[in-house]
Amino acid sequence: MRAYWAIVSARFRMLLQYRAAAAAGFGTQLFWGLVRIMILEAFYRSTTAKQPMSLEQAIDYIWLGQAMLMMLPAWLDIEVTAMIRSGTVVYELLRPLDLYSLWFSRAVAARTAPTVLRAVPMFIAAGLFFGLRAPASPASAAAWLLAVLGALLLTCAISTLLTISLLWTISGEGIFQLTNTCMWIFSGMLVPLPLFPDWAQGALNVLPFRGLMDIPARLYSGNLSPGVAGALFLHQVLWAAGLILIGRLLLARGARRLVVQGG
Amino acid sequence: MRHIVVENLSKNFRVAVRQPGLWGACRGLAARSYRTVQALDGVSFSIDAGELVGYIGPNGAGKSTTVKVLAGILVPDSGRCEVLGRVPWRERVATVQRIGAVFGQRTQLWWDLPVIESFDLLRDIYRVPAGAYARIRDELIELLDLAPLLDVPVRQLSLGQRMRCDLAASLLHSPSLLFLDEPTIGLDAVSKLAARDFVRRLNRERGVTVLLTTHDMDDIEALCERVILISKGQILSDGTLEALRAQVTPERWLIVDLLEPEQVVSDPDVTEVRRDGSRVVLRFDPRRVAAAELIARITARHAIHDLFVENPPIEEIIASLYSRERA
Amino acid sequence: MLSGVRLYLRYIGVSVRSQMQYPASFVMLTLGAFLITGIEFIGIWALLHRFGNLKGWALSEIALLYGMVQVAFSLSDATSRGFDTFAGMIKAGDFDRLLLRPRNAAHQLAGQELTLRRAGRFSQGLVILLWAASALHIAWSAATIGLVVASILGGACLFFGLIVLQATLAFWTTESLEIVNTVTYGGVETAQYPLTIYRPWFRKFFTGVIPLACVNYFPALAILGRPAPWGLPWVSPLVGVGFLAMALQIWKVGVRRYCSTGS
Repeated sequence: MRAYWAIVSARFRMLLQYRAAAAAGFGTQLFWGLVRIMILEAFYRSTTAKQPMSLEQAIDYIWLGQAMLMMLPAWLDIEVTAMIRSGTVVYELLRPLDLYSLWFSRAVAARTAPTVLRAVPMFIAAGLFFGLRAPASPASAAAWLLAVLGALLLTCAISTLLTISLLWTISGEGIFQLTNTCMWIFSGMLVPLPLFPDWAQGALNVLPFRGLMDIPARLYSGNLSPGVAGALFLHQVLWAAGLILIGRLLLARGARRLVVQGG
Repeated sequence: MRHIVVENLSKNFRVAVRQPGLWGACRGLAARSYRTVQALDGVSFSIDAGELVGYIGPNGAGKSTTVKVLAGILVPDSGRCEVLGRVPWRERVATVQRIGAVFGQRTQLWWDLPVIESFDLLRDIYRVPAGAYARIRDELIELLDLAPLLDVPVRQLSLGQRMRCDLAASLLHSPSLLFLDEPTIGLDAVSKLAARDFVRRLNRERGVTVLLTTHDMDDIEALCERVILISKGQILSDGTLEALRAQVTPERWLIVDLLEPEQVVSDPDVTEVRRDGSRVVLRFDPRRVAAAELIARITARHAIHDLFVENPPIEEIIASLYSRERA
Repeated sequence: MLSGVRLYLRYIGVSVRSQMQYPASFVMLTLGAFLITGIEFIGIWALLHRFGNLKGWALSEIALLYGMVQVAFSLSDATSRGFDTFAGMIKAGDFDRLLLRPRNAAHQLAGQELTLRRAGRFSQGLVILLWAASALHIAWSAATIGLVVASILGGACLFFGLIVLQATLAFWTTESLEIVNTVTYGGVETAQYPLTIYRPWFRKFFTGVIPLACVNYFPALAILGRPAPWGLPWVSPLVGVGFLAMALQIWKVGVRRYCSTGS
């Protein structure tokens, strides 16, 4: 347990050191959020037809995406990837550890600091000045928190799986680019998912990526009622479980392969 | 014309102070504190054409600061300086055109390129006329035995090979003045000798003025008739190496690796400097007892695994210099 | 002057050859870039599909804005890597090496690399631009084509100037210069849409401070035959060149400061 706390506090310290970086990243996101909101506002004003989500809900959506940005599985554990690239991971694989759980827990711990450090100021700024509203109701707030938990599980399952995939392809550039692209579109970061064409909604609702951003954001703003929170949480958990299972399988396979081959 | 003239050079730096721990990091978000470092404090010396001068001093003494000023990439707070007749920081391009530099720690060659392509790039950067370039390049290739290395990317070279290429690269544009900064660091014994030999011939036969900055006293002893010692931004000594030694301390160090760590090495002619497990560092005065005789005595009385005779490191000399001044 | 051009070309030749040493990686990275940058247009398409129009602008018109800015940015992105990575060079203490050479430092940085994989963004921008050119019912003349080219070049100069400013910041603080990335990437995002959809202060910023409008929006108005507010769209690409010139002057100030503080 202490090891995880050490990781968390070390990252906090490191992020605070680079104070200009912290401020600039925050400024960047505010800027992006603002631009997207202005664009959406203009779109909404260009037509009187009814939309699958109101402008206010769309604005909440955008800001929640920015605030929780660090929750996306876009970056991997530096130490672990370095270990894999250099080949020293073989020693880890030989130890009687539950390596998957270790890596998964590391992923959870490493996300805490950046997420909190980015989300808190973002909520405050966007909430006070830029149109982020409070959750639609106490039930919505609770639903949102549940969904965030689900998102955390899902994101760590994805990032751990990606890390494990490095055991096969040492550089892994292509896989990451593809995954990041998919993740960006299908989580709702590019365009809020409800605004995609109607014929796409079916596929979008099945994919796991909506569990990363779309589900929490829509529960928060009430676009999805709190009543469906349970079902959606199940969606997140099932996908997470599936990805964890695949991850464990791949790790065991990869371990055997490496140990046999000698790295 | 004097190649280098330095008069009363001074330079201060402001360095930010980082506070430790999480709370300190939070405070650091609000305001930073600074301290002032006096890198150069009234430094004066001059170097004539064709000299080979050693510039020594402990870490942080001001050596690289001086070299940066001479190369025109750092502007001093006060003082006068002329390199090859120009004020370096006012006429950087013109000054640097006639200077060569080799840094032991860093290469000036392009990491991924074959050596010969680095050379060609440098020819274009320094605007060396084609005919002159071909002649100089081929000469250097022969002198430094670079022919087998020409098509090798720099990143694949060993340290010794890279140093030879860096030496050649620094001379392609026929500079009159060469700065060498730790040129033999990390090199094996053979490469060190080859590098020293090359520099010596460069200076004696071609008359290239050389300023050698180094920690390696063997380099200094092999090459330099004149040594300038700087410490804490001030010149402590400027003259021949023997004079410096004689001025400070003629003592030498005898380092002994004992077979039995707990043994005490005692002898009327030595004093113990420090002990490190089974390694004992002893000090003796070669005027009182010859090294050979002392070694014979010690080996007779103790079981020895290995021993070396060395000059005291430059830090010792300076420490002695300070304590001498205080006494 | 001539030797400067020769040196630049030699630098570029070296850079290109070095990148072509790994052709597989280059192809993959370029394709990846094509995809990653191209999804932006998918977002635009999706929103226009949902809302029908954007304040009277159709997909093909927005595609013109999009194509021009993507091509312009990719051109500057490909040529400015030396400045982009300058903060790292300062931190590693390698800038001295440049200053030890009898050449302009900016010149040496400009020649450091021609990043070939930017062809990914370049090609998707070009494809969209060409599609827009064919889908729009414009009588293309030498003048209008010339204006498109001039705008792209002016835009490339503007973005290059922004990267030069980012590099100049590194003389004062090496800790994240993300703030310039905000304006650069944010600017690309902004310029993809007609300027009129943004709030007044935003419009003023991107016309007066970072004159993005001059190299993208105003020329597009002229090309599309829409009324242009100032009537000078034909000259406005020059503003981009002027911006770069100004940035280089500020760079010189930065170099002077470096030489007087030593780091």
